[in-house]
Amino acid sequence: MMMNNYLMLSAALFVIGAVGVMIRRNVIVVMMCIELMLNAANLSFITFANYRHDMTGHAFVFMVIAVAAAEAAVGLAVVLAMFRNRETVDVDEMNSMKG
Amino acid sequence: MEMAIFLVMGALSVGFSLVMILARKPVTSAMSLVAVMFCLAVLFALQSAHLIAILQILVYAGAIMVLFLFVIMLLNLREKEGEESHTKGYGQIFGGAIAFTILIVAVGSTSMSGSPAGLSSDRFGTTAEVGKILFTKYILPFEITSVLLLAALVGAVALVKLRMR
Amino acid sequence: MEMIPLPQISVGAIAPELTLVAAAMIILMLEVFTISKGRDNLAYVALAAVGVAGYLVIESLGSPMTTFSKMYVVDDFSGFIKLVCLLGAGMTILMSVKYTRDEGIDGGEYYSLLLFATTGMFFMVSGADLITIFLGLETMSISLYALAGYARGRLASNEASIKYFILGALSSAFMLYGMSMIYGAAGVTNLHEIARIIGQNKENIHLVMLGGGLVLIGFAFKISAVPFHMWTPDVYQGAPTPITAFMSAGPKAAAFAAFIRVFSDALISLQYQWWIIVWILAVLTMTVGNLIALSQENIKRMFAYSSIAHAGYILVGFTAGGKLGESAMLFYLLIYTFMNIGAFAIVAIVGQQGEERTSVSDFAGLGYRHPLLGLAMVALLFSLAGIPPTAGFWGKYYLFTAALDQGYVWLAILAALNSVIAVFYYLRVIVVMYMREEKGESLPQNAFPASIVVVILVAIYGSVLLGITPGGYLALAASSSLAH
Repeated sequence: MMMNNYLMLSAALFVIGAVGVMIRRNVIVVMMCIELMLNAANLSFITFANYRHDMTGHAFVFMVIAVAAAEAAVGLAVVLAMFRNRETVDVDEMNSMKG
Repeated sequence: MEMAIFLVMGALSVGFSLVMILARKPVTSAMSLVAVMFCLAVLFALQSAHLIAILQILVYAGAIMVLFLFVIMLLNLREKEGEESHTKGYGQIFGGAIAFTILIVAVGSTSMSGSPAGLSSDRFGTTAEVGKILFTKYILPFEITSVLLLAALVGAVALVKLRMR
Repeated sequence: MEMIPLPQISVGAIAPELTLVAAAMIILMLEVFTISKGRDNLAYVALAAVGVAGYLVIESLGSPMTTFSKMYVVDDFSGFIKLVCLLGAGMTILMSVKYTRDEGIDGGEYYSLLLFATTGMFFMVSGADLITIFLGLETMSISLYALAGYARGRLASNEASIKYFILGALSSAFMLYGMSMIYGAAGVTNLHEIARIIGQNKENIHLVMLGGGLVLIGFAFKISAVPFHMWTPDVYQGAPTPITAFMSAGPKAAAFAAFIRVFSDALISLQYQWWIIVWILAVLTMTVGNLIALSQENIKRMFAYSSIAHAGYILVGFTAGGKLGESAMLFYLLIYTFMNIGAFAIVAIVGQQGEERTSVSDFAGLGYRHPLLGLAMVALLFSLAGIPPTAGFWGKYYLFTAALDQGYVWLAILAALNSVIAVFYYLRVIVVMYMREEKGESLPQNAFPASIVVVILVAIYGSVLLGITPGGYLALAASSSLAH
C-alpha cells in the first residue's frame, strides 16, 4: 500500500534525525537534526490525514510549523548568548558543571 | 506516476538527510536540510496538502533555514583542523538501527480498512478548507500559537539583547 | 457566500489564561516607561495577575465544562493543578524580586516569560485534545528555555539553557511523532474519541502502543524520570535559583497532569501494557535519584537529584491509579511545591550575589549565625525527607498506601526504603548547618527582604502546618481526581 511507503520514509527520516542528534557535536547541526525529526512527524501526520481524508492532520502540521519556527528562534538565541561568553558551539565542551 | 515521484523524492530526502548529519561544514548541513524540506514539500503536495506544501517552503525552507544560515554566518565558525566533527557513535548508530527496524515493522504493517469518510477529494487539503477549520474547530489552538510565538519573540530578544546599562 | 458556522466559544472558560497573557503584555509595555528603580513594581503587577487568575480558577471549581469544540476542558482536576502552578508562579515571583535586582537581570521580560510559561501550563492541563496539550507544552517549554538562560552573563546559565533546549526539543519531537501515530490509528486527536475508537477497533493497536510509548518518553523527559533525567542536574544547577525553583514545581505538576489525562483517558484500554512500564520507571527514578543525591556537593544539584526522586514517588501514585492514587498525587504535588520552592528560597538567600555559595559546605554554621533561617531550613528539609508530622510525611503516606491498596506491595516497600535513603542526604545538610561550626561571615542585613520572608513563611505553612491539619486540602485533592 502506498501509505506504508510514506510512513516508512517518515520513520527513516525520524531515525536519521535522532541518530544525528546523538552523534553530532556542533549544537547548530543538532538543532537542524531536531528540525528534521519534526519534519518526519509532519510527513506522518499528512500521510494519515490523506488516507483518512481527515483535515485534523493538516491543522496539526500547521501548528507544528509555527512551533518549529518558535523553537528555532529561541534555540538560536540561546546559542548566540552562549557564544558571547565562550566561543564554542561544541556540546562536548559544555561541561562547566560536574557532579 | 505517484510511485515514481515518491521514489525519486524519497531517495533524495533520505540522501540529503544523510549528507546533513555527516557533513563537516554546518553550511553544507543547512543546505542539505533545505533540500530535504523541498522534497518533503513535493510529497505533501502529492498527498493533496497544498497549503502545507507551500508553507513548508515559505516558512521552513525560507524563514527558519535562513535564520539558521544567518546564525552560522554570524558566528563565523571555523572547523578546527584535524578534529572530528562528530563523536564516533557506533552504539548510537546501532540503537538507531534497532529503533528503525521496530518503526518500519510497525508502520509497515499498518492497514487502513474501511472507506475514509469526510471531504470530497476536490476540496480536501485546499487553502480554503484549512482556513475554515483553523478559524472554527481549531480556533483555540490557533490562538495558543499566537501566545507561543509572542513568548518565543520575548524570550529570544531577552536572551540576546545587549545590556542597556 | 457560504456561511461558516462557528463552534461553541466560551471566553469565560479561558478567563484565567486571558488574564495571565494580558498581564504579560501589560508588563512588557510598562517596562518601557519604568525607570530602573521602579522595576520591582513589575513583579507586583505579575503577582496581582497571578492572584486574579487564582480567583478565577477557584470560581470555576465545581462547574465542569468542555468548550472550544471539545479541545478545552475545565474541571476540578485541571483547577487543582492550575492552583498548584499559580502557587509556584506566585512564590517564584516573590523570591525573584531581590534576586533579579542583585544579578542585574531585572526587567519586564523576566516576569512576562514567567506568566507565559504559566499560561502554557494552563493550556496543557486543560487540554482535552492532543493539539492543545502539545501547544501548551511548547509554550511552557519555550518560555522556560529562555528563563533558564536568563542570567546570560553566567556561563552555567548558558549551558543550562542549551542543554534544556536540546533535550526538551528532542523530547517534543518524540512526543509529536508518537501523537502522529495515535492520530493515525484513531483518526482523531480528541482524547475521549481516541479512547472510544481504539477501545472498539483493535486493527492498528500496535501503532497505538508504539505511539503511546513515544508519548510516554516525551512526558518522562518533562517530569525527569530515569533514564530520561540526564538534563535535570545541569539545568537545575545552572539556571537562576528562582527559575530552578519554578521548574521543579509548576511545569512538573502540569506535565504530570497531561500525562494522567492522556494515559488514563485516551489510552485507558492499554492500561495493562503501560502499568508495568510506569512501575519500572517509578522504581528506577526513585532509586537512581536518591543514590546519586547522596554524593552531591552542590546543593542545587543535590536538590535536582532529590526532585528526580520525588518524581519517582509521584509515579508510585500514578502506578496505583484510581481515585486514591490520583488524589494522593495531586496532594503530593501541592505539598512538594510548598516545600521545594521554600528550600530553594533559602538556597537563594545563602547563595548571595552571583550564586557563589551554593555548595553544601556553605551552609556550615548557618544554624548558629541565623537561628530562624536555620530552623526554617530544618523544617523544610524534614518535610522533604518525609519525617512525621510534616506534610511531606503525609504526602508520602497517602502515595504509598494507595500503592498498597492496589496490591503493589513491592512497589510500596521499595518506595519506603527509598525514603529512608533520602533521609541521609537531607540530614547531612542539617548536620553541616549545626554540627560544623565555622567562622563564616554572617549574611548581610539586606539579604532578608520582606518578599522572600513571605515565601519562606508560606512554605513553612504548607510543609509543616498543612501536615498537622491536612484535612481540607486532602478533601480538595480527593474531589479533584479524574477517576471516580
